[in-house]
Amino acid sequence: MPIVINGVATEVPPDPRVSLLDLLRERLTMTGTKKGCNQGACGACTVLADGERILSCLALAVQYDGRRITTVEGLSENDTLHPLQQAFVEHDGFQCGYCTPGQICSAIGMVAEANRGAPCHVTADLAEETVVLTREQIRERMSGNLCRCGAHNGIVEAIAATYGDGAS
Amino acid sequence: MSENHDAARPAVKTAVGPAPDDWGPGRAPDPLSRHRSGTIGTRVSRVDGPLKVRGAATFAAEFRFDGMVYAALAFSTVPKGRITELDTAAAEGAPGVVLVMTYRNAPKITPLPEWYTEGKAVAGDTLPVMQDDRIHWNGQPIAVVLADTQEQADHAASLIRAGYEPEPAVTSFEQAKAAGRHPTFHYGRPLKTEISDAEAALAAAPVKVDEIYRTPFQNHNAIEPHAVTLAWDGDELVVHDASQAVVHTAWSLGYAFGLRQDQVHVSSPYVGGGFGGKSLWSHHILAAAAAKLAGRPVRAALTREGVYRVVGGRTKTEQRVAIGARPDGGFDALVHTGVVAMGRHNTMPPEPFITSTGSLYAARSFTLEVEAAHMDMLANTFMRAPGEAVGSFGLECAIDELADRLGMDPIELRVRNEPERNPTSGLPFSSRHLLEAYRVGAERFGWTERSPRPGTRSEGEWRVGMGVATASHPYIRLPGGEARITLTADGRVIIDVAAHEMGMGTETTTAIVAAERLGLDLDQVTVRQGDSRLPGLIMAGGAQQTAVIGGAVSAAHRALLAVLIELAGHDSPLAGLRPEEVGCVNGGLHKLEDPSRFESYTDILARAGRGEVSVEASGPPPLELTHWSMRSYGAMFCEARVNAVTGETRISRFLGSFDCGRIMNAKTAASQFRGGIIMGLGLALMEETHLDERHGRIMNPNLAEYHVPVHMDVPEIEVMWTDIPDPHSPMGAHGVGEIGITGVGAAVANAVYNATGRRVRDLPITLDKLL
Ligand code: FES
Ligand code: FES
Repeated sequence: MPIVINGVATEVPPDPRVSLLDLLRERLTMTGTKKGCNQGACGACTVLADGERILSCLALAVQYDGRRITTVEGLSENDTLHPLQQAFVEHDGFQCGYCTPGQICSAIGMVAEANRGAPCHVTADLAEETVVLTREQIRERMSGNLCRCGAHNGIVEAIAATYGDGAS
Repeated sequence: MSENHDAARPAVKTAVGPAPDDWGPGRAPDPLSRHRSGTIGTRVSRVDGPLKVRGAATFAAEFRFDGMVYAALAFSTVPKGRITELDTAAAEGAPGVVLVMTYRNAPKITPLPEWYTEGKAVAGDTLPVMQDDRIHWNGQPIAVVLADTQEQADHAASLIRAGYEPEPAVTSFEQAKAAGRHPTFHYGRPLKTEISDAEAALAAAPVKVDEIYRTPFQNHNAIEPHAVTLAWDGDELVVHDASQAVVHTAWSLGYAFGLRQDQVHVSSPYVGGGFGGKSLWSHHILAAAAAKLAGRPVRAALTREGVYRVVGGRTKTEQRVAIGARPDGGFDALVHTGVVAMGRHNTMPPEPFITSTGSLYAARSFTLEVEAAHMDMLANTFMRAPGEAVGSFGLECAIDELADRLGMDPIELRVRNEPERNPTSGLPFSSRHLLEAYRVGAERFGWTERSPRPGTRSEGEWRVGMGVATASHPYIRLPGGEARITLTADGRVIIDVAAHEMGMGTETTTAIVAAERLGLDLDQVTVRQGDSRLPGLIMAGGAQQTAVIGGAVSAAHRALLAVLIELAGHDSPLAGLRPEEVGCVNGGLHKLEDPSRFESYTDILARAGRGEVSVEASGPPPLELTHWSMRSYGAMFCEARVNAVTGETRISRFLGSFDCGRIMNAKTAASQFRGGIIMGLGLALMEETHLDERHGRIMNPNLAEYHVPVHMDVPEIEVMWTDIPDPHSPMGAHGVGEIGITGVGAAVANAVYNATGRRVRDLPITLDKLL
């Protein structure tokens, strides 16, 4: 079975050492997904696998046979940005833009987790079925995505404006 | 003014006349510095924003060449000595391997000269690269493997076996200091200033502090690791780089390989963060050499560990700060001296931690000096606000300690020592409104709520305190700024300049400034940058790009006005006018004194039958720097919470109140300030590159063990600014990229002291130091 990446079926590479990240960047020249550490520490390589956020540098491509992967390239349609992408521009949720695809994919996966009621370290009531994405919740849940330029405030604002308690 | 507060803008656009032709004495301020009808100072979203959020901006490791191979490096495991054995047979026989390059087969490469030789050399050290069997630091590359895939190259590199004959090495700071301290120089000037006898004045002073402050090794850790993708085309080298100095890099690579600068083409349209680290390091040279030997294009993308092994970081400092004061708080003596660790073959000036000390306070005597202790380690280099970031920690903590001893508010102590001129150079200030920044910042932050007695405010198990510190960074405008303006028949403009977009918002700010100078809308301006074939020799360093580009574009603008008036000819309403008499507005020119004499660019070009007009000019030499003391300033306010049980420090509030001339883009400037402050929070609380002092090896070369602030560590950071233009700089602007990190270490340490009564003089302030 192939891997389906942004709706397009792709054969798994013959070399089992190839990570999902390197499959994307080097074999498929889909360089929107970034490599910051290649060891699971920065989050720049975050993509969605069947809607769940994963670190594609820690994922071997062969493990994702038959799974559906969404990368940053799969979020916008032609020139129409995804609402979260638009919010990142509006709130200056990036500077160099290198951590950005990972932040955006991570946020989308994070929102799905929160919608399922998955608690995190700052969730006061673990039995609560829905999570309100306060800024503190967003900060905690996004802490696996590093940004060295220091765009943290803008990133949190962009996510809050799109999905948070104050989102319209 | 803050980022969300836009001053009312007049509805009618006013014209902008030419800027003065230099920024020396007797010149009128740049008309743009007071221009209020356009977009300058408003919140403008980045022009490259849509590209970046789609992941469509292309970085160095994302370009490709046909037939490209991948590089992997092997690193030495001893700090000093000779390679006695280097077994590459297994690597050479591994699948997919195209080449293994070591000192035995590397082509001849000329070592690079000292930093800024001919204004262009930008290598981190002067060592030969892979030319002999000598090892100079632990982690030095000993082999380059090229293979068809990265997986193959990585595997083959792991098969290389090396043996060494180690030599005694200096790998600890204590050892290095004991072996001798050396005088240091900063761009040719000794890092030593003495005014009167500060030691005697200190001894006689009724109130004093005299303490030692320490800051550790740190690394930039831009999230984009360093990478080059390059190819030889005959005698020409094409390099896709992650660079803060494209033209300098072209020259330097040319020097190494015996080529002219124009035979090396460096392109770097987007850079994933630089912070001083993205100059030229050995991976550039190794990749180009291996590509030459193999006859194949090469991608050399450093691993995160590779970045730590190959690219230097900020060095360690040990600073003595001593202040002698009168009972009224006035300083009789200010002593800031100490020692920094330095590699033996560094090209970078030593971490100049005294450079703001000589400008900030009106002391009656000064002794300022930086000495170096040499270590066998990778060359250290510039990192965001070199000198100032760590020097402000020592100085601004000492001010706080003195205020405590005097029983005086630390802001009041600063007010009492505010100088009228630069106290060490004697130059007048071009624009200094630090006390105004303090006043508005203190009011906004609620400084009066602070308890002057430390350790008196608690909330549950959290001790809460407030601290303040001064931020400061020099205004710089290095020579070399050039720009080209191309005006096309449809009234649009292209600005070409060999500048760099690493996230500062340079492309956007350049477009804003050009649009205002030329009386155009923002979407009528295109900026091309990040390429060594564009005009100018511009380093994205010292927070100077905006000033350099601004100076060059204003010169090109003057030249363009002359050409346009000439082209307009006798039948134009502009006939007979001189360039000084016209201004740009609404896509054309009019007489400044008589707006009815207007002609649009499109009409001028159409009548002259021209498809486009292109002018190129150099910015004037930075005369302003010889006549005024020019700096950016800020007041940093921090509220820290320290857990009484665990010693953990959390930052609950932070405000930066800045005085950095006129702000060009409120949105991206705010991000620059915040980004600096956040890196400062890292410096204050967590960042440290651990060197194994027995073997000189970096022990935490990764983002898991080198801690940088994450979302949960970063509160909402408030920033505000005076927005007072400097009358002596292009656009009235100062740099904003580096000042944000300065003063933060001290503001945090002072807040921690106010919360707990514990004074930590040794960064980072980790919880073990507070238990
Ligand atoms: S590249 Fe995958 S977490 Fe850093
Ligand atoms: S925007 Fe540069 S690392 Fe986040």
